[in-house]
Amino acid sequence: MSIMVTPGADGRFGEFGGRFVPETLIPACQELEAAFNDAWADPSFRKELDEVLHEYAGRPSNITECHNLSEQLGIRLILKREDLNHTGSHKINNVIGQTLLAKRMGKKRIVAETGAGQHGVASATAAALMGLDCKVYMGAVDVARQELNVFRMKLLGSDVEAVISGSQTLKDAVNEAMRDWVATVESTHYCLGSVMGPHPYPYMVRQFHRVIGDEAYAQCNDLLGTNPDVVVACVGGGSNAMGIFSGFIDTSARLIGVEPAGGAAVGRGQPGVVHGMKSYLMQDEYGQVQEAHSISAGLDYPGVGPEHSYLASIGRTEYPTVTDDEVINAFQVMSRAEGIIPALECAHAMAWIIREAHTMKGKTVLMNLSGRGDKDVGQMMGILDGLK
Amino acid sequence: MTGRLETALRARIDGGGKCLVPYITGGYPGWVESIRACAANGADAVEIGIPFSDPVMDGPIIQQASQVSLDAGTTPISILQEVRTLDVGIPLAVMCYYNTVFHAGEKRFASDLAAAGVSAAIIPDLPLEESTDWTAAADAAGIETVMLAAPTAPDERLPRVTERARGFVYSVGLLGVTGERTSLAGTATALAARVKKVTEKPVLVGVGVSNAEQAVEASRVADGVIMGASVVRRMIEGGPDAVGAYVREVREALDSTAW
Ligand SMILES: Cc1ncc(COP(=O)(O)O)c(C=O)c1O
Repeated sequence: MSIMVTPGADGRFGEFGGRFVPETLIPACQELEAAFNDAWADPSFRKELDEVLHEYAGRPSNITECHNLSEQLGIRLILKREDLNHTGSHKINNVIGQTLLAKRMGKKRIVAETGAGQHGVASATAAALMGLDCKVYMGAVDVARQELNVFRMKLLGSDVEAVISGSQTLKDAVNEAMRDWVATVESTHYCLGSVMGPHPYPYMVRQFHRVIGDEAYAQCNDLLGTNPDVVVACVGGGSNAMGIFSGFIDTSARLIGVEPAGGAAVGRGQPGVVHGMKSYLMQDEYGQVQEAHSISAGLDYPGVGPEHSYLASIGRTEYPTVTDDEVINAFQVMSRAEGIIPALECAHAMAWIIREAHTMKGKTVLMNLSGRGDKDVGQMMGILDGLK
Repeated sequence: MTGRLETALRARIDGGGKCLVPYITGGYPGWVESIRACAANGADAVEIGIPFSDPVMDGPIIQQASQVSLDAGTTPISILQEVRTLDVGIPLAVMCYYNTVFHAGEKRFASDLAAAGVSAAIIPDLPLEESTDWTAAADAAGIETVMLAAPTAPDERLPRVTERARGFVYSVGLLGVTGERTSLAGTATALAARVKKVTEKPVLVGVGVSNAEQAVEASRVADGVIMGASVVRRMIEGGPDAVGAYVREVREALDSTAW
């Protein structure tokens, strides 16, 4: 029997998950849940989804064996290349799923939050493709550090609103997207960008991303004749990690979700409720949500998807942290050794592998390269100049 | 057993009047005096907001007041300590987001409210399906849990929401977050009428009721109004005196209308 949970009507993964949203949004969440279950069970929807993922987004994504790094680190390192998808990250898998669903539900407009801008760009892209209006909320701090992605979204025809409340990062962008949705719920679909939020989002987004793990499972089998020993992914909300973990959850592989030291929801948080879900959350002694601090806009989030909280609570997954300095190093190491510039987000996974390689000698390690680093080179240029 | 909040609202309704419940952000400079000003100028109850870091149901004015309050070091405990000493003669409700309750523990939070003399709680991100643990604790502590009814609710859902409501039913005035609007949304009276059909409990319209005229308009169908952003803006701009004058103005408008 699989240990993978299919949540029931209460949207729970163990004690985590649920649907803690204003009453106004309850019917919309219920409608979305029904529409998703219906679509997911409908072969014609699945066929259309597969076709768009293949023809438009470029799936299946390759796996790449990293010979140089493997030799340096004394492990066998394999990358799942989500960076090669159209728009440059895993985010497109979920967005194509949700926008096809939004059209099926008769919605004309989508709203999205974004941190690094990758989910925003993916949403803007799919909206352009499918003829939907799109508005993206992005924290003002992130607008500044990911300006290239802001321009991309505008070029693709989306509205981008800089959010100036709170910490002006991903958490506040989610708040503002939810406020928009409360006001526009009849015409608008909220295209949430990770395995978080109220039910059915954590489950639905995981299902849209499990293609990563399902492909990687088969690809590893072809290459290795067996499973990898360790599967590693970075964790912001946790969607690329849940995607790849899905393929290996019932194997003996260690599953490692790497969090930034300044945004360690599982590592430093306690159970709490925000953004519609019960999950581990960084908060103070009165339950005020704390601000995350990470070099990576995509991981700068004090919460985590509820399925991660559940998997952590049963001991199936581990959530170590890495520091910004380790990430800056890993970003450069990977670029030089393999000719692949990673997104700062998945450079977290690389950083953990570099640090822990000596404990994994001879093991096969599969890392989800969730996105490419083009969006980060401006920020890195500033950081590396500053280090000189 | 009918709680203190519902009893006070019923007294107003039975006397042929309409209920007025202003909202005040707890911990904002002048908040205690603002509550006194509400009580002295004809409010039937006051809703005290416990500021939260991520207030998804609130628009810019209440967000701003919450942030100022949090920056000044306000905590749920500091608010309840002051509320305990407030003797204004009308029932007090708190409005807070669910993590404040969950983090404290449902039972502890309910008994803390009761110990501070608070009558009721409004938790806008705790819908019916998730409310069982809290309502059990609240019922046991004698705290009335106000439930929200939204314009998007299908007919089948409304009776289940009103059934669980204590104190009054909060009929959400529009699709959207708190904040002032130039006119009352059509959904405000439409929903209030639907809610009135399925419950005998007091039905008050809140969110988007922005001035005396709109309060009267909403009260043509409902039993009264909750007024948030327009009150908080006056607290920000003019302090407790401005709040008192505004509450008096709305009270007089409600009292001088033939219902
Ligand atoms: C490339 C990349 N990886 C990872 C993430 C983090 O999201 P998640 O944890 O949902 O995969 C982001 C978010 O912006 C991203 O752009």
